[in-house]
Amino acid sequence: MDKKRILICAGTGCVSSGSNKVEAKLKETIKEKGLQDDVQVVITGCHGFCEQGPLLIVEPEDLFYCRVEETDIDEIVDKTLVNNEVIDRLLFEDPQKKEKAKTFHDIDFYNKQQRLVLKNCGHINPENIDEYLAQDGYAALEKVLKNMNQVEVIEEVKKSGLRGRGGGGFSTGLKWEFTYKAQGDKKYVVCNADEGDPGAFMDRSLLEGDPHIIIEGMLICGYAIGADEGYVYVRAEYPLAIKRLQRAISQAEERGYLGTNILGTNFSFKLNIKAGAGAFVCGEETALLISIEGNRGMPKVRPPYPATKGLWDKPTTINNVETFGNIPVIFRKGAEWFAGIGTEKSKGTKVFALTGKVNNTGLVEVPMGISIRKIIFDIGGGIKDNGQFKAVQIGGPSGGCIPSELLDLPVDYDSLTQAGAMMGSGGLVIMDEKTCMVDLSRFFLNFTQKESCGKCTPCREGTKRMLEILIRITEGAGVPEDIEILKKLGENIKKTSLCGLGQTAPNPVLSTLRYFEDEYWAHIKDKKCPAGACKELVTYRINPDLCNGCTLCARSCPVNAITGEKKEIHFIDPDKCTRCGVCITKCKKGAIYLA
Amino acid sequence: MCQCCCSNQTVVDPKSQQLEEALKKYSGKKGALIPVLQEAQDIYGYLPEEVMVEIGEKLSIPVSKVYGVATFYAQFHLKPRGRNIIRICLGTACHVRGGAKILEKLEETLQIKDGETTQDLEFTLESVACIGACGLAPVIMINDDTHGRLTPDAVSKVIKQYQ
Repeated sequence: MDKKRILICAGTGCVSSGSNKVEAKLKETIKEKGLQDDVQVVITGCHGFCEQGPLLIVEPEDLFYCRVEETDIDEIVDKTLVNNEVIDRLLFEDPQKKEKAKTFHDIDFYNKQQRLVLKNCGHINPENIDEYLAQDGYAALEKVLKNMNQVEVIEEVKKSGLRGRGGGGFSTGLKWEFTYKAQGDKKYVVCNADEGDPGAFMDRSLLEGDPHIIIEGMLICGYAIGADEGYVYVRAEYPLAIKRLQRAISQAEERGYLGTNILGTNFSFKLNIKAGAGAFVCGEETALLISIEGNRGMPKVRPPYPATKGLWDKPTTINNVETFGNIPVIFRKGAEWFAGIGTEKSKGTKVFALTGKVNNTGLVEVPMGISIRKIIFDIGGGIKDNGQFKAVQIGGPSGGCIPSELLDLPVDYDSLTQAGAMMGSGGLVIMDEKTCMVDLSRFFLNFTQKESCGKCTPCREGTKRMLEILIRITEGAGVPEDIEILKKLGENIKKTSLCGLGQTAPNPVLSTLRYFEDEYWAHIKDKKCPAGACKELVTYRINPDLCNGCTLCARSCPVNAITGEKKEIHFIDPDKCTRCGVCITKCKKGAIYLA
Repeated sequence: MCQCCCSNQTVVDPKSQQLEEALKKYSGKKGALIPVLQEAQDIYGYLPEEVMVEIGEKLSIPVSKVYGVATFYAQFHLKPRGRNIIRICLGTACHVRGGAKILEKLEETLQIKDGETTQDLEFTLESVACIGACGLAPVIMINDDTHGRLTPDAVSKVIKQYQ
């Protein structure tokens, strides 16, 4: 038989779907059948197609199996490994075309992406430095250390046009230059891996799937700005990312990529991991630095910027995970090549976490400037359960909603800001007609209000008042003046808050007011929730034409709000009904509806 | 609780010994407070008052600051917690795919509210903003295991595995 290599995804998504068990069983079966010399089993980081996990790729054919279970292993070994047969049942079926795809190259979700930063994710073992080296790993570092001086490195980054991927979109090269020029006996590089946005997991996947690329990016930054020490601040909720990063750091130390006199040069660099302790505001750079110092993570007034006065008052460059992930790519391929991708002012690619009511959820890397329509319908495979697209929420609690009229909007920093949204860290949550936009605003405001550190009044008090109004509206107690107050309050909080959290907190409300003001009015004036999501504003009714009196709804109602004799039309008492929705899920005739 | 052996001089409480080791590891290091609190919480399961006092003394940090930091971050707990920690994700993706219904079902099954611990100290229930497994929404995490693609009906089956 041919030599085979089986890649099993061991990212958080697939592990929770049972990929560890699949891996163990596979190894055991291979041993039992004496195939160890012909088949190599490799664990990888996230392939990005989490919903279809556990995922398995068989090389060299690149066969792609999804939702693999332990019980499938015998068949995989006998048929695929020994006899080169394809098991049809395990192949991915395109939700729109209804066709099976044999390899991942045949799947639109993958072949319409442009993977630069995520290139290795899912294709190499993140726990083995040799696999990274085999993909030209640390070649960029070697090139930089041996052939370029600090200014040349910074110029190259500037020339690439790379802008920060954490949300703000500031020029990375300029940021580095400021730190390089700042006076200080010691300087730091900090990687912001405190991914707290609900609906975002790209930093997690990159750290889990290709930790060395982040280390390499940080090393190049350290050399350019003149730093000899760095920190990666990782969310404590990401234990697997921390473990993989730790392992990668010790391997890089063993091979001389970290430590003193790296690759025989005068450059030395030490890298530390700092586990966050759960505070969304620590994603804000000044708050993050204060948290590393061991304090409550409250933001500071800028200037001074971290570039001149950062960690322990030393000049510090702080970039996001994905930003560092781009650095080795730029130096491997050249700044000009990199600048050829994307739009005039937004260069390169952006990784998005595509989730919500979309068929293919997962990690998606696309060139800047691609339209939202392409991401959702070509790569994402369209809306789940044949639903109707309503809006996409982009950029998490700092971002906003983009309605269907703007589906052809190019995704880049400036277009999104103009449309009232924001790149943010890159969460894309797709919503269908069943999502209520007022309820969604309430959801985000509830989040930012809870996570406000409380240091400045507009954010602490303002978001609280906005939330109170939104709760009132979703409960049917809204008054017409609420709309004006929300707009005014929102604008003022944006203008007067101390840090990014407060400055962007009203965005979800303001953007939904901009595109979906009707829906607010329906709640306030008609006391109706058009999406049927706000509990207090919906009534469950029974359609007499469809009800056959099977009593299933009456028997499952927890508060006995449904009455009616057997084989006769039933009735729901709206006063008793708690709107739990059990009846609607139980009715086989589809006779219960929301009014 | 371990009060039983504290007064006995010949028996050393293994937990306080572990805490001492953690303090030793970080003594003199910059920014030690948060990692020490994290280790202390791993040892005790939560942060008892006397532990915070001791950490303050050993690191020469005012106890008020130790308390300030411990109450600022969501990760730290000042009350005993259950043997199994259930984190229910209410992030955006889970929200639009029915996370709230899962929370209701959990509250009903365990007879506790969000943030509470069952009387037998078996389960603690807490909602979180996102656990980064959005592709599997709605999702909960019990200890270090993630359970995704949940439905309200599946909740009690998942809970049973931990009882």
